[in-house]
Amino acid sequence: MSVRALIFMILFAPSALAQGFAGLGSEAEGYLLPNPDTRFEFPRDHGPHPGFRVEWWYLTANLTGTDGRDYGLQWTLFRSALSPDDRPAPIWMGHAAVTTPDAHFATERFARGGTGQAGVTAAPFEAWIDEWQMTGIDRGQLRASGPDFAYELTFAADAPFVPQGAAGYSVKAETGQASHYYSQPFYDVSGVLQLPGGAVDVSGQAWLDREWSSQLLSADQSGWDWLSLHLDTGEKLMGFRLRSDLGSAYSTGTWIEPDGTPGPLAPGAFVAKPLRFHRVAGREIPVEWRVEVPEHAVDVTVTALNPDSWMDLSVAYWEGPVRVTGTHSGRGYLEMTGYE
Amino acid sequence: MQLLTMVIGLALATALWSGVQAINAEARASYDQAARALGETQFTQLIPEEGNTIPTETFVALRRAGVLVSPLLEGRLQLDDENYQLVGFDALTAPMGLVPNEAQQQVDIVSFFAPPYQIIANPEDAGRIRGLTDATVIAVDTVSPGVLLTDLYAAQAMLVRGDEVSRLLLLPNQPRNGTPPDLKQLKLVARSPSQGNDISRLTGSFHLNLTAFGLLSFAVGLFIVHGTIGLAFEQRRGLFRTLRALGMPLRMLLVLLMVELLFVSLVAGGAGMVLGYVIASVLLPDVAATLRGLYGAEIDGTLSIRPIWWAAGMAIAVLGTAVAAAGSIAKIIRMPILAPAQPRAWALLSERRMWLQGILVLALLAVALIASQLQGLVAGFALLGGLLLAAALALPIILSLLLFLAQHLARAPIPSWFWADTRQQLPGLSLALMALLLALATNIGVGTMVGSFRTTFLGWLDQRLASELYVNARSNQEAEVLQSYLAPRADAVLPIWNIEARVAGLPAEIYGIIDHATYRDNWPLLEAADSVWQRVASGDGALVNEQLALRENLHPGDSLELPGAWQTIVAGIYSDYGNPNGQVIVGLDALVKRFPDLQRQRFGIRIAPDKARALARTIRDEFGLPAERIIHQAELKSFSVQIFERTFTVTAALNVLTLAVAGFAILTSLLTLSAMRAAQVAPLWAMGLTRRRLALLELLRSSALALMTLVLSIPVGILLAWVLLTVINVEAFGWRLPMRLYPTDWAWLALWSLIAAMLSAAWPAYLLSRKPPAELLKVFANER
Amino acid sequence: MTRAAVLTISDVWKSFPGDTGPIEVLRGVSLDLPGGDTLALTGESGSGKSTLLHLAGALDAPNKGQVSVLGHATHGLGDSQRAALRRDHISVVFQQFNLIPSLNVRDNISFQARLAGRGAPEWCATLADKLGLADHLTKFPEQLSGGQQQRVAIGRALAGRPALVLADEPTGNLDEATGDAVLDVMLYLVRETDAALLMVTHSKRVAGRMARRLHLRGGQLV
Repeated sequence: MSVRALIFMILFAPSALAQGFAGLGSEAEGYLLPNPDTRFEFPRDHGPHPGFRVEWWYLTANLTGTDGRDYGLQWTLFRSALSPDDRPAPIWMGHAAVTTPDAHFATERFARGGTGQAGVTAAPFEAWIDEWQMTGIDRGQLRASGPDFAYELTFAADAPFVPQGAAGYSVKAETGQASHYYSQPFYDVSGVLQLPGGAVDVSGQAWLDREWSSQLLSADQSGWDWLSLHLDTGEKLMGFRLRSDLGSAYSTGTWIEPDGTPGPLAPGAFVAKPLRFHRVAGREIPVEWRVEVPEHAVDVTVTALNPDSWMDLSVAYWEGPVRVTGTHSGRGYLEMTGYE
Repeated sequence: MQLLTMVIGLALATALWSGVQAINAEARASYDQAARALGETQFTQLIPEEGNTIPTETFVALRRAGVLVSPLLEGRLQLDDENYQLVGFDALTAPMGLVPNEAQQQVDIVSFFAPPYQIIANPEDAGRIRGLTDATVIAVDTVSPGVLLTDLYAAQAMLVRGDEVSRLLLLPNQPRNGTPPDLKQLKLVARSPSQGNDISRLTGSFHLNLTAFGLLSFAVGLFIVHGTIGLAFEQRRGLFRTLRALGMPLRMLLVLLMVELLFVSLVAGGAGMVLGYVIASVLLPDVAATLRGLYGAEIDGTLSIRPIWWAAGMAIAVLGTAVAAAGSIAKIIRMPILAPAQPRAWALLSERRMWLQGILVLALLAVALIASQLQGLVAGFALLGGLLLAAALALPIILSLLLFLAQHLARAPIPSWFWADTRQQLPGLSLALMALLLALATNIGVGTMVGSFRTTFLGWLDQRLASELYVNARSNQEAEVLQSYLAPRADAVLPIWNIEARVAGLPAEIYGIIDHATYRDNWPLLEAADSVWQRVASGDGALVNEQLALRENLHPGDSLELPGAWQTIVAGIYSDYGNPNGQVIVGLDALVKRFPDLQRQRFGIRIAPDKARALARTIRDEFGLPAERIIHQAELKSFSVQIFERTFTVTAALNVLTLAVAGFAILTSLLTLSAMRAAQVAPLWAMGLTRRRLALLELLRSSALALMTLVLSIPVGILLAWVLLTVINVEAFGWRLPMRLYPTDWAWLALWSLIAAMLSAAWPAYLLSRKPPAELLKVFANER
Repeated sequence: MTRAAVLTISDVWKSFPGDTGPIEVLRGVSLDLPGGDTLALTGESGSGKSTLLHLAGALDAPNKGQVSVLGHATHGLGDSQRAALRRDHISVVFQQFNLIPSLNVRDNISFQARLAGRGAPEWCATLADKLGLADHLTKFPEQLSGGQQQRVAIGRALAGRPALVLADEPTGNLDEATGDAVLDVMLYLVRETDAALLMVTHSKRVAGRMARRLHLRGGQLV
């Protein structure tokens, strides 16, 4: 999602930051641009797409422990190209986190491409950085660890991969910025979380996002709110809202049927409004939302499991599990950035 | 006048001490900074068990096993004849604090990772190397001089190295549930953060000298302060007595005196600090050059003010004053209110006091003797301190005896009066003379030490670097090609193949050499068994360097275990100055047999000295071998000589300063005595000696005392040098230096000290020669 | 008075700088002192007695008038010639004795004589004997009593057989009995050596022992 682009921009293009956000949108020279006519081809597209500036493998999971408590976890690998021809090799970054109702653990890793320290292979699928790894894509293992936590999960999904936007061409702004974007929201997962209090057996659902682009942002966009929801009906909802400096917001999303059939939402069809703010890391962050998708009769309240799910890393943002109540019930993940 | 004397004396003492401390502190801070920049002091490091490099795969394997390490690659980079330490690091895995924050802010990560890359350097170096490299140069204050930081892969490219790194830093926050790595299998060894700061070990000897200098100067200064405070108090005795008699409580008097002393010491200390700063900043460039040249240690040529240094300087000024004043204060406490004034009492060195002092001398010598039997650096310093203090205290006694002899040998009235009177003057001058003795002894001692080091080191270089050229090829293959190319062009090509290994548990190098006259004729052997070279050549024996021998208590004939369960015998011990590590030399064939894949990159070339430079150039041009891989022996030697000149500049400057302090001590003593002198010389004037004659005699007296002190200081200085060279050096660094004597230097020193003594006596003497008769007649006045 | 004058002072004026202008200490003093003569100079404190003595001893020079010792006018002499005159012909006994603290009694007695090149060990021994110092020859001044010290000073003054002996209150620091004894031996020895003695004293009794007496008042002899 767009937040990752922001991370990369802050991390790897400080000069662009200094010039304002305008930089990233226009500095696509030499890089490939997303093409609306491109169709996904698997397993090839599970692998990296050199030539595009940024790309990620982004997995979030909503879990329930044998102790009855809710948990969330995140496993992310980002690829950031330093040049269109990968000379020098790209930079890889990993983020991992575990959220409990009263604690949040997050850590990060960095690596240079080309050495084997980090990378992704399409078939057999493997994505890794240091000892963190995701092995397999239809089913497989996932693991990561930090100074104060570790996890190891198995995952499996029978449903097809879901293209987001127009057949996988996901538009981010009215000015045309876009990405290639597909998801696998149907993983069943189980495994063990190692936490400071001890090990917890967990099981639940996970959602994988795959996205790549070279030019994601429009000049005036300042931050994003992104949601992925597992509804108890078996339907899934992905929606995001790109906030503009000008006060307006560009929002869109995808309604996913239980069989995986995507229903792209028109711009503005996904409506999200903050209900309650929470002070974390010196900022006011909306940790409760009213989300409406009128065409699917959705009017729900989305509440953070742990309002302090702050990713205090090289680039800081809020990311954590949420509960859904209202016309629909369920759970999911919320990601927010650009709140200063 | 006394106030001025005291302020100047204390200021000079503080100045020398703090100046020297500032230099030392600056240097140490630079080492620390350098070590920190290279992650040496903060992080546990994984270093190769053998050899110099770790393949990048090992780094990746460790990371993938969940062991968080960050690689460093180090090497020498020569840019326009200057050598730099190039450190390549991986910005993505480097721990916080490894790279200065400023650097992180200034670096543009894309340019940093991509050719032509970026180099981060100290502003001074940055200015120097800009334009000499394709890389963009970024100046960052906190980077150590001589160190260039760059991306790991950039460093691999610049140093023409393969896919390898020098060492791995083990990061502090390892992941939970991580398993400790199997280092053995990876052929790595862990080194904890505190170990292996080689530079500070090496440079310790130099700083030790400076510290000794500073300490002695300070002692000299304290002598002055002690003398002036004593005199000032004594002269105000009458006033104190009156005040006491008028009912001022003793406590109040003491408080007032202490406040006064505190104020004076703060003022003087402050002045001294400023002066010390000036001294340090003037000397620092030379010190920096010396350290860089002698030890390859990089220190900043500019001085930064450290609060701790100020605090320490002021504290030492105040404490010094307190120590110097303690005796006088005690005297005031004990002073009876109604005792007759004794203006000369302070100066009278009674026989009893002589005896006491003599006993103290013997006690100090006993301490020194005991210390000399003990091991360790502290004992070494105790020996040094005991000897010096004993020498200083013994000085007035010895001088008194000498003057007594002179007086009795003198026939004519004036000489016999001259000697008798000089002897009587002694108590008043003895502090100043002790100061002079210490200054001179320090000069001789440190001069002898530095000189011995220079002579020995250069002589050793002559022996050790017997080949005209030394080549370190980039690979074994290149070495082979070079050797066959050189064989017809040189007198001899001597392979020097080596492995890096651990001997007796510590890192060491093992060199293989062939049997050649070059070694037989030149190698600096300290101890050797019979037919040492045959033994080495046949593989039946090994040579070890002095450091290893001292550490392991090895002597020729002892058995020695080398890696690979290789049992051999020590055939000889050689001196190996400046090397912190152990070193072993064995026959080349024996080494190759056991370690067939050893490094075969080094060799020496024997050729007529006048052809060496041309040959070096040919190799450089024909094979593109980087300049730093060819050592031209003559150039190295001349460089070493240059470095020693810088060292001597520092030593000479400190010499002049300490002498100046001692000279000042003499001047102040004479000036304070001169008030009393009138009473002593007026009768002689009345009996028919002119004032001019009397003034000349005063001048002569100072010179005679200075000369006698100088003569006595020579054995003390030699003793000092001996202790520094054979006790402290060995304790601190593991090598012994033979002592050389430099009588010419002493002659110069004699001249200088005479000049100093005469200069300091000149003013009081001039005053005497110009004293109006009426002043002298006052001595005889009836109304006193 | 047929013998030649050892000391001739004629119309000597001497002033010292004071807070309110020069203070005239001597205003036209004249006197003659032949060999073998003894002269007492008396006067109030500050009357100029010591100043006159210093002028006579070539230790100081007059502002006006002439001081001659053995015919050498002191004002015409340079520093070193004046020093030589003192060394060879004049000796002074001070009230404070002013011995050389670093020399023992024997060396103190013979010092000036040897300076003048007239060191005569036997005469010195005789002097010491007569001064009652024979047992103290190796002692140092600080080990002697005041009377003993003054006797050393007298011995030193006479050891070189000078033509002119000047004494400035030689008994002023001694009790009466000791003073008398010292005076006796001094006069005896002055006679022995045929020296001229000029003694400054404020004691009428001491003055009475001299052959002649002069009183100094208001800077003039009366």
